[in-house]
Amino acid sequence: MSPRRIAVVGASAAGLAAAEALRRFGWTGTLTLVGDEPHPPYDRPPLSKQLLQGAWQPDKLHLRAAEQLDALGLDLRLGTRATGLDTATRTLTLDGGERLACDGVIVATGVAARTLPAAAGLDGVHTLRTLDDALALKERLSGTGHRLVVVGNGVLGCEAAAVARELGHEVTLVGREALPMARTVGTEIGELLAAEHRERGVQLRTAAVDGFEADGDGPARHVSAVRLADGTRLPADTVLVAIGSEPAVGWLHGDPALDTTDGLRCDAYCAAAPGVYAAGDVARWQHPVHGRHLRVEHRMNATEQGMAAARNLLAELEETLPGDEALAPAAGRERRPFTPVPYFWSDQYGLKLQAYGVLSGADRSETTVLDPDARKAVALYGSDGQATGVLAIGVPPRQVRGLRALIATPVPWEEAREGLHNARA
Amino acid sequence: MNITLDADKCCAAGQCVLIAPEVFDQRDEDGIVVLLDAAPPADQHDAVREAAAICPAAVIKVDE
Repeated sequence: MSPRRIAVVGASAAGLAAAEALRRFGWTGTLTLVGDEPHPPYDRPPLSKQLLQGAWQPDKLHLRAAEQLDALGLDLRLGTRATGLDTATRTLTLDGGERLACDGVIVATGVAARTLPAAAGLDGVHTLRTLDDALALKERLSGTGHRLVVVGNGVLGCEAAAVARELGHEVTLVGREALPMARTVGTEIGELLAAEHRERGVQLRTAAVDGFEADGDGPARHVSAVRLADGTRLPADTVLVAIGSEPAVGWLHGDPALDTTDGLRCDAYCAAAPGVYAAGDVARWQHPVHGRHLRVEHRMNATEQGMAAARNLLAELEETLPGDEALAPAAGRERRPFTPVPYFWSDQYGLKLQAYGVLSGADRSETTVLDPDARKAVALYGSDGQATGVLAIGVPPRQVRGLRALIATPVPWEEAREGLHNARA
Repeated sequence: MNITLDADKCCAAGQCVLIAPEVFDQRDEDGIVVLLDAAPPADQHDAVREAAAICPAAVIKVDE
């Protein structure tokens, strides 16, 4: 009989958390961790901040020291891409053609940066998702006085624009949204962010991008301007395309048992099929408290969901492999619905923005600006008469932590509003 | 158990304080993690392990 094996596909925050939790919760069988990048697991939020800024070197981004990874006893496959999963037989296929029979699989392949077809093969146009992307952009922005156009005014675009401006570059932030991050945080917080970016000298434009202009020929063609749909031409020697991401589910398309529409669809336990679980940016699971499928691309969710998927997979295997030596006995191993309070933060200049709960899909929001000059505000978000999310900007994080309890589960709007009012008094 | 912090990497999410409030705290002004007990008693160990695993900036290192 082949040895028992669990494979975790994706070696970033979610995959690493899953692998560690599998060991911590009692898996003694083979544990394969597959990552398509050559680097050991590293952290992504600092890519658009400390790494781009030059404050941190790449090794500071490693999520674990080499000896901590060694201690997990992994069958570690870096620089390796998974190309298929047959859920009926739980067989994973790798890009070298190798087929691995697994007892369980955790899918943590994350998302890939969306690009613009017009940018293909154009020197000076970057995306920012991986360490290599960030190093390339950093290299491109070495020295001062570059003209950078950031296409996309979501979280990533805003953070990168802030860093580039602090480095002394001429920065234009172009987005379809009227205000920075407005789709996530709403108009009023968007206005505060816009004011901060403007004051720091970032040019803000609301427009769709029509295409690029370039100098040179062939592989030496390098970007010289961004053309907007209204005909405006923005001169640029560097462009960052930060227009969101696509879940990395292409490799799963061969299996009809899986629904890969906007991420891998899972139940409340993060299970996509028997013995197959998902975690992190790629997972779209049924949040039992919010009563709908959510896919959360936040750093915190990656670790929390990695741990939850690991726990639930082992609980399932305990039923199918009772007494098997690959699964060390453990008390209280049971499947639990994954019911996190989502959390995200963003740093721009000296401002910290923090949010708890669900902001997306809100049909109402209410923002209280506590100090317009210091860009200090709190906001509540909700739908169907319930408050589901809360955000603070410019407020000391320790104070913000207290707001989490307000929306840990959806509560009537007026109740949360009153709670928020009392908290900031 | 011995806990060490790379507080320089802290993103002030405060999850460690929610999970193990007897071991971790946050600085008032910027929310950076503060270690209250580098060698906590056994009844805290599970919470500390979870805090270390969940930390979104990989700040907490636990040696056992």
